[in-house]
Amino acid sequence: MTKEKREIIIFSIFTLAVLIIPFFLRGSYYLNVLVFIGINTLLAVALNLLLGYAGQISLGHAAFFGLGAYISGVLTTRFGLDPWLVLVIAAAASGSLAFIIGFPILKLKGHYLAMATLGLGIIMYIIFNETVAVTGGPSGLSGIPNMHLGALIFDNDMNNYYLIWIITLIVMLLSINLSQSRIGRALRAIHNSEVAARVMGVNARILKVQIFTVSALISAVAGSLYAHTMTFISPASFGFNFSVELVTMVIIGGLGSIYGSFLGAAILTVLPEFLRVLQDFDIIVYGLLLIIMTMYLPGGLINGLQKIVEFAAGKVGKRGGSGA
Amino acid sequence: MDNSRQLFQYILSGLSNGAIYALIGFGFAIIHNATGIINFAQGEFVMLGGMFTLFFVAFLNLPLIPAIILAILVSTIVGIVFERLAVRPLKNAKPLSIVIITIGASILIRGIAMLVWGKDTHAVPAFSGSNPLYIVGATIMPQHLWIFAIAVLIIIGNKIFFSYSIIGKAMRACAYNAQAASLVGIDVKTMVLFSFIISSAIGSLAGIIIAPLTMTSYDVGIMLGLKGFCAVIIGGMSSGLGTVLGGLLLGLLESLGAGYLSASYKDAIAFIILLLILFIRPEGLFKKKETERV
Repeated sequence: MTKEKREIIIFSIFTLAVLIIPFFLRGSYYLNVLVFIGINTLLAVALNLLLGYAGQISLGHAAFFGLGAYISGVLTTRFGLDPWLVLVIAAAASGSLAFIIGFPILKLKGHYLAMATLGLGIIMYIIFNETVAVTGGPSGLSGIPNMHLGALIFDNDMNNYYLIWIITLIVMLLSINLSQSRIGRALRAIHNSEVAARVMGVNARILKVQIFTVSALISAVAGSLYAHTMTFISPASFGFNFSVELVTMVIIGGLGSIYGSFLGAAILTVLPEFLRVLQDFDIIVYGLLLIIMTMYLPGGLINGLQKIVEFAAGKVGKRGGSGA
Repeated sequence: MDNSRQLFQYILSGLSNGAIYALIGFGFAIIHNATGIINFAQGEFVMLGGMFTLFFVAFLNLPLIPAIILAILVSTIVGIVFERLAVRPLKNAKPLSIVIITIGASILIRGIAMLVWGKDTHAVPAFSGSNPLYIVGATIMPQHLWIFAIAVLIIIGNKIFFSYSIIGKAMRACAYNAQAASLVGIDVKTMVLFSFIISSAIGSLAGIIIAPLTMTSYDVGIMLGLKGFCAVIIGGMSSGLGTVLGGLLLGLLESLGAGYLSASYKDAIAFIILLLILFIRPEGLFKKKETERV
């Protein structure tokens, strides 16, 4: 079986699973959690393009998420624009900001890039908080209208589930495609060694800015969807902690793996629900997860699962062989 | 007259904050130059300094000086444990992994602090009372004088240590070239450990002397750490005069900006400066000649 065929089969199974799961669920609580897993998957995939494919860290991705959410929230509540139009504006604005700031910021490497993106995130967070006349400040912005499609209004969990997951599936498919393309290979080359990539004729500078822009654009779409689903947003959702949470999703899922991003997003969305018993302990669990995963499972859970499966398959095969 | 008094007040508080940023920046520089790591958990040691002092004074009823010494000791032990458990096992790890591990450590330390001490903001008693002194018509809190005095002592002590002591010289050798240093018999691993000891001690002391002015809580470390990083970036990753000037510059701009432009954007000022420096002169504002790498 060729690699391409395998990818198609895996993606089809995944899509089918996503589409039929709601029919097996009772009660809107689980559906609600799945909606959030969808939004977080979108964000994790977006960050993974930058972090996992191109190897460039961003500790400020919550800023693009927040920018998307606030552009949507402000333009619909204060100017009465159509949510779909606003989603496009949010994506374009966030992408433009990333494109402009991408050139100076992606010249930086490693720790410096981490600090610069972190600074960017905090500046945006302060702006969300302090421009009270526009954003409503710390107390948030409410009354954001739901998405609609003709007469169909996305005001319940079932509708939102399909809206968000269909967009997420499309983005996942495009991202998987990207990794198999010439650009995907060029990004991996940059990840391994930027100098070597440039020597081989990869225009690393432009490519890094482009992937940063795409990543910010998808994050803004996620933000816009979040705003229209929640109908209420406040700066607390777009702070430094959330940026770190996004990085955690990508890392524990597996750098460069799109399904890993889904796994990471799912775990970090569901974990707080379980950790609610522990209340404030969850932050400690995050910290520990980050350290332990990076030290002992740098390939992420997806990689770990693959190894376990291969190991088990190998054992079974051997046992079968010796038995015969 | 009133205007100039106000200006003096802004400058004073800017300089004392700046001195703190410089000390925190030292911590970044010392670890970076020994290991190549930017320690994202640096701010947490600043937090630990203030919180432990408060804990020893308020809950164990210790006098201030023993409490401070104990707080520095305990914070330093945390630094040693951090180095042993999270940094030493990483050999040739990618910067990305190191960034994530030190962030994980900082979240962990902050989370434990929150569990132990709660989420409240606490006032810490000033070293010698809080009756303001009046000098040329302006008011100075005695704590400002403490900050200046201790900061100057540490800056001088730091300079002497790295220029004249055998361990300081060995650490500088590691910063220039760790492999060459190990060839002449310097134990690089021990020097890395020393760098963590020194920077967590300086960081916690910075947190202790600022706490009476700004109050303290489990999450003060993030902002203070980032501003210290900003100072050391302006100073070009040195633990010398560049970072001191960087810290003072940052403190002044921040305080004047907050006073005359907008108090609510005070924190944004530091990060805009950070971004501008990183974009325009990532090697620091001052020429290489003036900055000395430890």
